[in-house]
Amino acid sequence: MAQLLTTADGRPLAEALAQAQAKSRRRAFLLVVPLLLFVLVSFVLPIGQMLHRSVYHDGFSANAPALVAWFAANPAGTEPDEAAFAALTEDLRGMQANRTAGEAGTRVNYILSESRSMFTRAAREAGDLVPPYRDAFEALDPRWVQPAVWQAMRSSSSAYTTDFYVVSADFQRADDGSLVRVPENRQIYIYLFVKTFLLSGLITLICLLIGFPVAHLLATLPMAKANLLMILVLLPFWTSLLVRTTSWMALLQGEGVINDLLVWIGAVAEDGRLRMINNQTGTIIVMTHILLPFMILPLYSVMRVIPPSYARAARSLGATSWTTFRRIYLPQTLPGIGAGSLLVFILAVGYYITPALVGGADGQLFSNMIAFHMDNSNWSMAAALSAMLLVGVLILYWLYDRLVGIDRLKLG
Amino acid sequence: MALPTYADPLERLWHRTYQVICVLVFIFLISPILIVIPLSFNVEPYFSFTEKMVRLDPAGYSTRWYDMLLTFGMQAPDVPRDGSWLADMWENSTWVNAAKNSVIIGFWATILATVLGTLAALGLSRPEMPYRRTIMAILISPMIVPIIIIATGMFFFFSNPCGVIGLECGRLTSTYLGVILAHTILGIPFVIITVTATLSGFDQSLIRAAQSLGANPRTTFFKVVMPLILPGVISGALFAFVTSFDEVVAVLFIAGPEQQTIPRQMWNGIREQISPAILAVATILVVISIALLTTVELLRRRSDRLRGVTGR
Repeated sequence: MAQLLTTADGRPLAEALAQAQAKSRRRAFLLVVPLLLFVLVSFVLPIGQMLHRSVYHDGFSANAPALVAWFAANPAGTEPDEAAFAALTEDLRGMQANRTAGEAGTRVNYILSESRSMFTRAAREAGDLVPPYRDAFEALDPRWVQPAVWQAMRSSSSAYTTDFYVVSADFQRADDGSLVRVPENRQIYIYLFVKTFLLSGLITLICLLIGFPVAHLLATLPMAKANLLMILVLLPFWTSLLVRTTSWMALLQGEGVINDLLVWIGAVAEDGRLRMINNQTGTIIVMTHILLPFMILPLYSVMRVIPPSYARAARSLGATSWTTFRRIYLPQTLPGIGAGSLLVFILAVGYYITPALVGGADGQLFSNMIAFHMDNSNWSMAAALSAMLLVGVLILYWLYDRLVGIDRLKLG
Repeated sequence: MALPTYADPLERLWHRTYQVICVLVFIFLISPILIVIPLSFNVEPYFSFTEKMVRLDPAGYSTRWYDMLLTFGMQAPDVPRDGSWLADMWENSTWVNAAKNSVIIGFWATILATVLGTLAALGLSRPEMPYRRTIMAILISPMIVPIIIIATGMFFFFSNPCGVIGLECGRLTSTYLGVILAHTILGIPFVIITVTATLSGFDQSLIRAAQSLGANPRTTFFKVVMPLILPGVISGALFAFVTSFDEVVAVLFIAGPEQQTIPRQMWNGIREQISPAILAVATILVVISIALLTTVELLRRRSDRLRGVTGR
């Protein structure tokens, strides 16, 4: 009954179709391959390699072979014996010869602050030390016989470590190796992480509140007028970020345009000039300005296609203007609100330049902390903090893709 | 938006408020960009309007900061301005050199990003493209991942690019190539977004029509596809160029003293001692962005017309 459909040259149709489709899939894929490879090699790979540093640091393990062996032979909590101090002496002499005491000390310093100087000093003196080594070290610096130092060295003796994440999460290792929270006044990373997200949320909210009416105006004006006003939104979008930051500095600073204006009209006294820059206020104002177009554009593209007849129908059925807005108009703009807010939030969380230039001391965000550690060559710490920020951003990005769709991202 | 005739007084009041809010937001958006223009002509080294400027007294204005842009870094800025002065400026002026670097890096990064991005966008726009969503997500991610993370990763990778496979092959940090590659990565998402947007309205049957009339794939691409997507490609290229032209963090991490760009120079200027010379640079950049915006808007309208989309 069922006759097999074939092509002109006798092949089954289904097979020929599958082949043709596979071929066109390959063709499409081949067009993407060059860019995909390029992005994988010079973007994904570098970031992966950098993140590897957040769990890998051989500054101590590579330079203290004798101690590594002693730690491997003795379980955690063992009181360091004379053999341990002999191993320490041997390694310190090696470090002095190779000039690596700083490197090893830096690694231990991540867990126990101020231990770097202990290493550099001890390495200088290591040549003159004589047995019994335990007493010699105690005489050199009593901290050497404390369990905390040995716990820190044990922790550093493996190149792969979670120590940097422990520090990033504001924890530290107790003398017995267990995790405890650092004192409240030193909990900087989690505090800054939360603050970055809160500030980004605040900036997103401000952008939404002031972007919504403008997007609505643009969407309801006649085309010619809307296009003209649209330039006012697009021009900031196209203007260099540094230019905008610079001009805000000119506007906001103590001797700047806004303060001069306020003094001139008598709103503030000469000595009561407002502090609007080099603090959190500066970061919020300038970032709101920079990110506002990213809110207005998606809102506008959604509002433009909302038919006005729904609102009119609601009004004619007796709804008040507030009810019409709340029940009819607002729900229809939700896709735009979602797209704009998520985009602004994602971009705000990773901001670096603006807080660095106008944020002062309390307006810094998480990215600035990463840069701070990079400047101080604390590369593993920078990598661990990057990983934290990256996870946060990628979750938001995933959310954006699920809710909005990456292919619906539009510019201008 | 016209207020309907049945609006009650409260609604009229609210409508006025709404209009005022919109005007204020527009002022907020545009005033920081326009304010730098008059300020950059200030004769005094201040960031505010002097009394003379407010009175529109010509003595309050000068082009000294623009002049400083040319002469800063020159070996002999005070000699008469003849051919040798020009040569000195071209060779030694800090800002002129930064501008040259910005243009060189921006040009090559734009070419790379546009060619690779357009090819990929052509593939991504085909309905039969496998793993479309995932690949798109990867290619757009340079726009989403915080720049400090990208710059940090590239800094380590570029200091020994072959280290991954256990070799030594020189470095890409402090080279033009390194900065160009970094900026290419940052420009790619913009090319992908604009070109796929143009292709979304592209009528695939045009390709089949061309082929049925005997055109080979190359002719089809250059005679049929390319003219239609060209406005999108050019917009994408301009976006990529602006991204590179404005980028400072990757330059801070990857570039050496030889590759100082305009944004890098501005960054230094802002952090160290901020002088109105920065405002003069800012003014020049604002003028450039106005020109670019105009170009992109014209292209977009042309593209909409070609694709048969009416209105905005």
